[in-house]
Amino acid sequence: MALLEIERLTLKIGGTPILKDVDLSIGAGETMGLVGESGSGKSMTALTVMRLLPHAAEASGRVTFDGIDILAAPEAAMCRLRGDDIGMVFQEPMTALNPVKTIGEQVAEGIRWHTGANRADAEASARRILDRVGLPEAQFPLSRYPHQLSGGQRQRVVIAIACALKPKLLIADEPTTALDVVLQAQILDLLRDLVAENRMGLLLISHDLAVVTDMANRVTIMRHGEVMEEGETAPTLAAQVHPYTRQLAEASMHVPARPHRAAAHASGPNLLEVDGVVRDYAGRQRSLFSRPDPFRAVDGVSFALKPGQSMALVGRSGCGKSTLARMILALDRPSAGEIRFLGEPLTGRSEAALKPARRNIQVVFQDPYGSFNPRHKVERLVAEPLHLLDEAPTPATRREMVAGALREVGLRPDDMQKYPHEFSGGQRQRISIARALITRPKLIVADEPVSALDVSIRAQVLDLFADLNQRLGVAYLFITHDLTVARAITDEVMVMHDGRIVEEGKTDAVLDDPRSDAAKALVAAAPDLKRAIRRRLAEQG
Amino acid sequence: MTAFLAKRIAVGLLTLIVASIVVFAVLEIVPGDPAQLMLGMNATDEALAALREQMGLNQPVVARYLGWAGGLLVGDFGRSFTYSSPVIELIAERAVVSLPLALMALILSTAIAIPVGLFAAARRGKAADTLAMGAAQFGVAVPNFWFALILIYVFAVWLRLVPAGGFSGWENGLISGLRALLLPAIALALPQAAILARVTRSALLEVLGEDYIRTARAKGMPRGAVLWRHALRNAMIPVLTILGLQFAFLLAGTIIIENVFYLPGLGRLVFQAITQRDLIVVEGVVMLLVASVVFVNIVVDICYALVDPRLRTR
Repeated sequence: MALLEIERLTLKIGGTPILKDVDLSIGAGETMGLVGESGSGKSMTALTVMRLLPHAAEASGRVTFDGIDILAAPEAAMCRLRGDDIGMVFQEPMTALNPVKTIGEQVAEGIRWHTGANRADAEASARRILDRVGLPEAQFPLSRYPHQLSGGQRQRVVIAIACALKPKLLIADEPTTALDVVLQAQILDLLRDLVAENRMGLLLISHDLAVVTDMANRVTIMRHGEVMEEGETAPTLAAQVHPYTRQLAEASMHVPARPHRAAAHASGPNLLEVDGVVRDYAGRQRSLFSRPDPFRAVDGVSFALKPGQSMALVGRSGCGKSTLARMILALDRPSAGEIRFLGEPLTGRSEAALKPARRNIQVVFQDPYGSFNPRHKVERLVAEPLHLLDEAPTPATRREMVAGALREVGLRPDDMQKYPHEFSGGQRQRISIARALITRPKLIVADEPVSALDVSIRAQVLDLFADLNQRLGVAYLFITHDLTVARAITDEVMVMHDGRIVEEGKTDAVLDDPRSDAAKALVAAAPDLKRAIRRRLAEQG
Repeated sequence: MTAFLAKRIAVGLLTLIVASIVVFAVLEIVPGDPAQLMLGMNATDEALAALREQMGLNQPVVARYLGWAGGLLVGDFGRSFTYSSPVIELIAERAVVSLPLALMALILSTAIAIPVGLFAAARRGKAADTLAMGAAQFGVAVPNFWFALILIYVFAVWLRLVPAGGFSGWENGLISGLRALLLPAIALALPQAAILARVTRSALLEVLGEDYIRTARAKGMPRGAVLWRHALRNAMIPVLTILGLQFAFLLAGTIIIENVFYLPGLGRLVFQAITQRDLIVVEGVVMLLVASVVFVNIVVDICYALVDPRLRTR
């Protein structure tokens, strides 16, 4: 009998249907991948198993865990299960830990709660599990607070909390989505080992087919709250019998067509020149009297970008990518070195003198939800950069320009009367691209522009970026830790590590045959669907 | 932590210096000549000139400020002309009524507000929550002097449990002193408690939506335990902020409440001093109030750091 058996699970929240007839089962020691786009009901399925659903939720059907009827169990029985027999790891490690309690307290708390162990014994167990997840005592004593740890380290603490009592089932809801690829590979390895050691069942929720192929024995594919397909991972994803499975697989490997790639490499003056740029930040003050050692975020970076060229800047989180981008956008000043746009230096100029450059360099951010004022209409949001024009446009021209920009990104002109919350994530990213386009820039700096988007929407947005590059000749600086994106959309790539550019060249050449250690680590850790399927099929013979 | 403390104390001292300049300057530009006020309208020019000389009113402004501020540092607050005694004595005599009163009110309002806030947050949207918040709304709306009159009527006149007003001093025992201050403290505390309860509730509700609360629930802890162990401490930051601000209001509130209850406190002293243009007394009391507010805010800042480890390194 399976460890977890979900049969015909239907869920409504406040009358809105969320899940419909979901079937899913996990055996002991088995990893089940649960795949689907945002809003497909993956997380709600997991929260149903934990019985941590929002208030107005009504679930029907059957959920049996280890012989216990989860939907009918009293709350007290659920409290005994949670954290003891079922552990859960969440997506966002930065906010998953209580900021005012030490990691020792937070790991030991569950142990004490369930086993009634005294403080010393619980802390000893907490120490052991923290050692196990790769947080050794020397650097990570129990007295550390979450804010003293990085995202990857915090996720290890969350895994330690979930696995402290060796649960029979571990639920991991997008456990690596917020981490860079190298950290992702480390965390996935850790999860795989823990599952094997304790013969845990693992429900791994992910939108990344490559990750699931690497990790899961079986896969369940969900869409709009329903199960589309279920089966052995590698054969299912290789055969792609169900049209939605094929659609997902194709979208996650999508490469937009860019027929005029070569045209961008025309010789001529450089669009952007970055020359020996350094950025130091004040370090943490250790005592009242000594000067803190500066922290060098960007260390002697030089490169040049031609008009119409598409360049990727890849590297792990914290390598200085975004700091460099801020300086190119003239939002931050280099400590040394110079940045020139169309031959004119950007550094040390007044805000008024920067206007033409600002018009020509626009930005698209990662989070389409966070980068709009929710109380403004799209017209006002998209028109925002127009204050950079020398002459303020009349209201009529302004509306015309907004309509044009919206049309350019595949939205309708009458969308300008709507508010951002009326759009989906992909549409919102289109709006932010429209906002970047409205001043007819020559360069767009895009900071992880598709990493918050689902695979099929990501494919559409990448197509849009490619199309704008081809039609309007906009140059791109794509900042990303996702090598698939870099391959899909850029001609050249720079690999950044500890503030320096350690490798650069043609994207395909660098990513197929990386030479520097940093680039090798990135390529080795990057999930790749085709490679993963091939490996799994070979393993199974 | 030492650097943090040193910084807070330095900021506090700077605030005191700025406040002393403002207090001195304001009273400097208030119309009226203190010497004229003391001697009355019929005083001769010679007498006025002599008194001005004696009071140092002829010296330049900066010299007078430095003299006054230097006096404050060594505890010399000047001499009141209406009471004909040193201001410091007047203040000391009254402070033993007002400071215990403000402190009692602060403790009472915290002791009422935090449990009510917790209770309402735990039962969000239920009848108990609506009732508690309705009562809090009422508490915010009712002026404290009216509330004071109701308290006097019910507990002093009708039930005869406590005196209706006046204060016979701490010499007659701690209990009798506390009894005399109980009703005024309640009258001061309730409106503050109402505000604080609302802040506590909304801070808790915000914290209860955080990811780490879900993590705690996933550990198997019931809702109530999560509220106590994880939510309360995180919700304390806004509560402490309001508490620090309220202390200033409590001190100011004593002016009205001491008049209603006929208590010989700082509030009545400053009220009388203003009506009699006894500006040196006003200056002294105001400086004392500023100093206690600065002190309480340093205490609040230290509490922030105790509650939230992230604030310790700033």
